Amino acid sequence: MTAKAPRLFDVSRPVLIAVAALLAILIALPMGWLIVTSFSTKDGQATLGNFVTLFTDPSFLDPLLATLLLSVSVSVICCAVAAPMGWLVARTDMPLSRTVRTLVMASLVTPPFVGAVAWEMLAAPNSGLLNQLWRLITGAPDDEALFDIYTFEGLIFAIACYTFPYVFILVANALDRMPGELEDASSMLGARTWATARRITVPLALPTLLAGALVAFLQTLNQFGSPAILAIPAGFHTLTTKIWSLFQFPPKPELASAAALPLLVLTVALLRAQSLVLGRRGYAVLGGKYGAPRLIRLGPWRWPAVGLALFVLSLPLFLPYAALLNTAFSKVSSQLITPQTFTLHNVVFTFGELSSTLPALQNTFVLATATATVGGLLALLIAYIVARRAVVGHRVLAFLATAPLAIPGIVLGVGLFLAYTRPPLTLYGTLWILLIAFVTIELPAAYQQLGSAFHSVHPELEEAGRMLGATRLRTLKDITAPLLRSAAIATWCFVFVGVIRELSAAVILFTSETKVLSVLIFDLKESGDVGAIAVLSLTMVILTTVVIVIANRIGGSVRLTSRVAG
Amino acid sequence: MRRRSLVTAGLLLPLAARVVSAAPAATPVTPALIDAATKEGKVTYYTAMDLSVAEPMARTFEAKYPGIKVTVERSGAERVFSRIGQEMGSKIYRVDVVNSSDAAHFIFWKRQGWLAPFVSTEMARDLPAEMLDADGLFCNQRTHLSAIAYNTKLIPPEDAPKGFMDLLQPKYAGKLVKGHPGYSGTIMTATQQIARELGWSYFEKLAKQKVLQVQSATEPPKRLEAGERGVAVDGSDYLFWMAKERGLPIEVVLAVEGTPQISNPMGIFKSSPNPNAARLLVSWIMSGEGQSFIVNLSGQYPANTQVKPKPGRPVLSQVKTFKEDPAAVEQQADQIKAQYAKYFKV
Repeated sequence: MTAKAPRLFDVSRPVLIAVAALLAILIALPMGWLIVTSFSTKDGQATLGNFVTLFTDPSFLDPLLATLLLSVSVSVICCAVAAPMGWLVARTDMPLSRTVRTLVMASLVTPPFVGAVAWEMLAAPNSGLLNQLWRLITGAPDDEALFDIYTFEGLIFAIACYTFPYVFILVANALDRMPGELEDASSMLGARTWATARRITVPLALPTLLAGALVAFLQTLNQFGSPAILAIPAGFHTLTTKIWSLFQFPPKPELASAAALPLLVLTVALLRAQSLVLGRRGYAVLGGKYGAPRLIRLGPWRWPAVGLALFVLSLPLFLPYAALLNTAFSKVSSQLITPQTFTLHNVVFTFGELSSTLPALQNTFVLATATATVGGLLALLIAYIVARRAVVGHRVLAFLATAPLAIPGIVLGVGLFLAYTRPPLTLYGTLWILLIAFVTIELPAAYQQLGSAFHSVHPELEEAGRMLGATRLRTLKDITAPLLRSAAIATWCFVFVGVIRELSAAVILFTSETKVLSVLIFDLKESGDVGAIAVLSLTMVILTTVVIVIANRIGGSVRLTSRVAG
Repeated sequence: MRRRSLVTAGLLLPLAARVVSAAPAATPVTPALIDAATKEGKVTYYTAMDLSVAEPMARTFEAKYPGIKVTVERSGAERVFSRIGQEMGSKIYRVDVVNSSDAAHFIFWKRQGWLAPFVSTEMARDLPAEMLDADGLFCNQRTHLSAIAYNTKLIPPEDAPKGFMDLLQPKYAGKLVKGHPGYSGTIMTATQQIARELGWSYFEKLAKQKVLQVQSATEPPKRLEAGERGVAVDGSDYLFWMAKERGLPIEVVLAVEGTPQISNPMGIFKSSPNPNAARLLVSWIMSGEGQSFIVNLSGQYPANTQVKPKPGRPVLSQVKTFKEDPAAVEQQADQIKAQYAKYFKV
């Protein structure tokens, strides 16, 4: 409607071109170098040798297989846990269901690598607090353990703890939206509760569950922190930790790129599958208005259900935080705090002696603020152009803005490393390269949030402004912006939180001067300084929580969806 | 210990033979140097030394020279090496002073021409010749061992291993923790020595003992402290001793076969952005005062002859040690990592 109308001056076309070019550079440059490098020898000759190594050398093949098995296992477990939890919260009269929902969301604030460290404190076979408790109760001998977190199963568990919330949110939201009438009809026709559940509720929820399984699969596939912390002691690599280890001196970027490509290809393919699956979801809400879903009465099962939900929540939330607090203030991490073993030494060490703490906090804060601001503005601009179909070609922008979803953090890290360690833009070693990485990583989520916000602002309001002679930018400033304020603030905070937890790209791109909090925690893990890790992790989570609480105050509820950095 | 030192045979002689020795004139710590260092105001110290020693040492230097901030960049020596390689390759000049537990790194850095010569008056006077590079490009900051140790709560002393071969007994399966040569310089150096003395088949068998694989040589002591495993195959000995001296149930074993000995050279990078502060830091660490600080806090073996080793620790000259061979480590590093990964899978 607007593209053809003559205007005296409208900046939308140059803006579109500029934004599209910027996005293309953000994505195409690192991915281009990644692909070129994966087909190159060390001297830059074309070769397929890297892929031959990748698919024949057991030291690459094993991690590849381990990663696939890990991802499948995690996604199965996540669905098995999240589906009943989601159903209990959304479709039954279980008490405390709002609290349970909030707490599942809260568990997402925990960076997965912090969760993995906390689970070491709980379930290391000998020093783990849970194993000590078990031995105390059963009188089992010293070398017997109930749990061993340093196993393949242990890693599956630790990752599942911090992945199932994504599936839970998807399932619970889908069940919220599912019309109650279909179930009512079923029971009116004489079906019992379980028959209704089996024949109506489950089939309607299945596409969402499948989408959830894919999300969990992708999260696990691309996860770096938890495997680095748990798989190496257990004696195996995943693809991400293998890629990381290829940056040991002398770095082998060719092999790292080749190993990163399967992650990229698999992620793209699965996202495609996900959009196909989610595309079918529409049939559940066909036709007019529906009543609120009917809540199933659990009767005597109400309290066992709450118990189950709280037990599940203890795994990502209550137990790990208890362990972190214990370690932070205890002389020996494997002993419970008593008045005799209480110490402030770790706090004093972390903030008084450790010279990386303050620079890392500062870098993290600067990057989180800058990414949230730059990324938020960029997302806002794109969302506006796309939502208002401001110019021909807006679909390209929508595609480019969501494309980084398909790029795993560590793959982006490798790509950016290759792209910006050479002229013309030698950004490696500066905060800029991390800013680019974080903006790219956070853009899809920010765009999706703001995009849906734009849909709630009717174009009539803007059209009125333009008819009265205001330029597009003026309309945007005076009419649209105030209406979008809360969504924009929520997005800002969401990105801020995302940056604070990011590890997988940062671990490839940091230099000693641009170390961020997540990398510092990761470095401290290498030397086994768990006391300082506990203090820093708690600091990080407090910082994150404060931002989310402020976001909730100012901007309505912050939706934590889409991707995890880890 | 002056006689038996480490750096002599392995590290310095082959190099001294290759290049014409050109030790720089000794530099005194003058008010002018202190002024220039204070004007720079900061110095970055890359090290593999445990933070519980490195950070207090840095704070002590800061107290002595107010206005100069020391940033300690600590990680496993092999990661320090990677980091510096990556930063130099990208023309990022951040490192002022570097200190590695893998002496082979200094052979590489020296060959690359990345090191700046510096010898303070005290270093020239108080360091034995074998503790100083012939061209004055680096010196040995301190020496430690990679020792076996055990937690007496989990392993009664009569069941304790006497040496490396003992660790292959079935009763230790699942009870061992060890560092990784891909991350730790101490472990890299120790692995080369053990493989030379006992053969790679030793590691092949050890890998079947369900070893808890950690990264840095500073972590096995902490795992032992927490009671996560009963026996540490390797690890920085000073941390075992420090834990024992804090009252924790830890005993150090000096293996009957011999104990790997680790020198910790230190040097200044030519590209150092704070060259004066770097010189001041190096001269202080190598001075009687700096060396005493390290010895008193951690009990590592000093390089400076004016400083006595910590009482209560084994006398280095009486410990049966494996000979350190940085030149061999330098040649074999990649092969060692690959061989190790073959047996231990990571």
